[in-house]
Amino acid sequence: MRRIAIIGIGHTKFGRASKTSLELFSEAALEAIDDAGVELKDTEALFQGAALPGFEEGQVMPAVFSAAELNMCPIPATRYEGACASASIAIREAAMWVGSGEYDMVLAGGVEKASSMGTLFATRTFAMACHAPTEGPVGLTFPGVFAMAARRYSKNYDIPIDKLREKMAHVSVKNHKHGALNPLAQFYKKLGDLKVEDVINSRYVADPLTLLDCCPFSDGAAAVVLCAAEEAKKYTDDPVYILGTGQGSGGPLSKMEDLTKPVSRINSARMAFKHAGLSPSDIDVLELHDCFTIAELIALESMGFFGWGEAADATADGQTDLGGKIPVNMSGGLIGKGHPIGATGASQVYWLVKQMRGEAPKDNQINPVPEYGMTDTLGGDFGTLCHIIVGRTK
Amino acid sequence: MVGKEQEEMEKGYTVLTYAEYEEGLRNGRLLGLRCASCGGITCHPMPVCQWCGRRVLKRIELSGEGELTTFTVIRVPSEGFEEDAPYIPCLVKTKEGPCVVGRLDYNTENAMQELIGKQVKMKGSYTYEGDKYSGGAHTCPVFGVVE
Repeated sequence: MRRIAIIGIGHTKFGRASKTSLELFSEAALEAIDDAGVELKDTEALFQGAALPGFEEGQVMPAVFSAAELNMCPIPATRYEGACASASIAIREAAMWVGSGEYDMVLAGGVEKASSMGTLFATRTFAMACHAPTEGPVGLTFPGVFAMAARRYSKNYDIPIDKLREKMAHVSVKNHKHGALNPLAQFYKKLGDLKVEDVINSRYVADPLTLLDCCPFSDGAAAVVLCAAEEAKKYTDDPVYILGTGQGSGGPLSKMEDLTKPVSRINSARMAFKHAGLSPSDIDVLELHDCFTIAELIALESMGFFGWGEAADATADGQTDLGGKIPVNMSGGLIGKGHPIGATGASQVYWLVKQMRGEAPKDNQINPVPEYGMTDTLGGDFGTLCHIIVGRTK
Repeated sequence: MVGKEQEEMEKGYTVLTYAEYEEGLRNGRLLGLRCASCGGITCHPMPVCQWCGRRVLKRIELSGEGELTTFTVIRVPSEGFEEDAPYIPCLVKTKEGPCVVGRLDYNTENAMQELIGKQVKMKGSYTYEGDKYSGGAHTCPVFGVVE
């Protein structure tokens, strides 16, 4: 396999959009194309993540119409669906195709327009990524799944639930602090001085998770231009390379051994590390899937950044913020930046590239710029996992 | 089409269908499959053993007894469940081995962390009639705490 480089990135404002999904994706794609200094006609295929376009705008085959919107037809354009991990598996697939030598330059990314569905129906459609036969009639929701995981975390590690709520709240406080500094974030200039008590005293969505333990419903798009690594310097002085990727699949909740140790995530992360020839101690920055506060803790442990049951204390101690062991979600993460589910994986890659170029929002920038970064994206209740490791050197 | 050919056409890979499993739930019975190869119990039913992946499966009935692994109280429901809220989804590790997801029949205001680890027993079922995206009604087990 050839090495792959990211030579262009684009990202819309996250939040509530009046534009259509096609417009949103076009804007991210054009920004990525301009950033790379190439032309649309230079790209040979489109890989697009989109989770629920049929319910949001009555649109299936969104990738094809995105290609049409950009006058890219008749090149191959394919939608990838892995719920909230859709864009990550689209980018991973794109990297595979460029790596194989079949294409030299492609466009990849994702888009979602979830806010138009409203909370009730959005909760319904998101829950479609649960196992419909067994979890459907129960009325399980995504906050519900992670609330169950939080209670299990409390039990496994003998942390009283009120103590765990405090520790989890630090995830929300940290990610909102970073999101408030990010002009493209849904909560830009908002909730930046959130306190632990605010999170705990917010209203319950699914015990023990409150509204401020949860990410919002969002609209937005993000895109990247990928090319073969050996060609990258033709287009940019500071390409970022995709060094390794991993993907894993889970199943119904009832078939999981332990909700706090998802095998799908453990395997996906290990696959990415092996592919890149790196280990957690090499990684300088993480953009990971904090759909809920507890989710960030489970992700950190499953990826090997902290021992089992240690991420809660580490987070409360500041080990996952600037100056700590490993800065996590400097973009604001899903909680602070917003979570247009089909776009999130591409957004995570975008913000790692920004960090590596030294272009992150002031006060969120890591100094010196990170050498290696890693994404973690989760779809469904641990159903689809994807990891992407990027670096400044091949 | 006669004889052997007809038999081949009707040969299924599914030993216990999902509809049969749900009918069992509605009759107060938790049905599953025993693997002749590894001895493991599969529940809900699958075409292969959930433990070893082999296909020598025989229908059995589980006791419906187990231990509460975890639960939550849903306050913000998804569309279709507004009138149920608050309600308690739960995971139960059955005596026979597999975990099942269901509802817990318990006062939501008293549902505290201490419930985890309690013995529970299936006491009935809940059928959600479904919306236009559900492909019809589906049924889940309802558990009660054994006091």
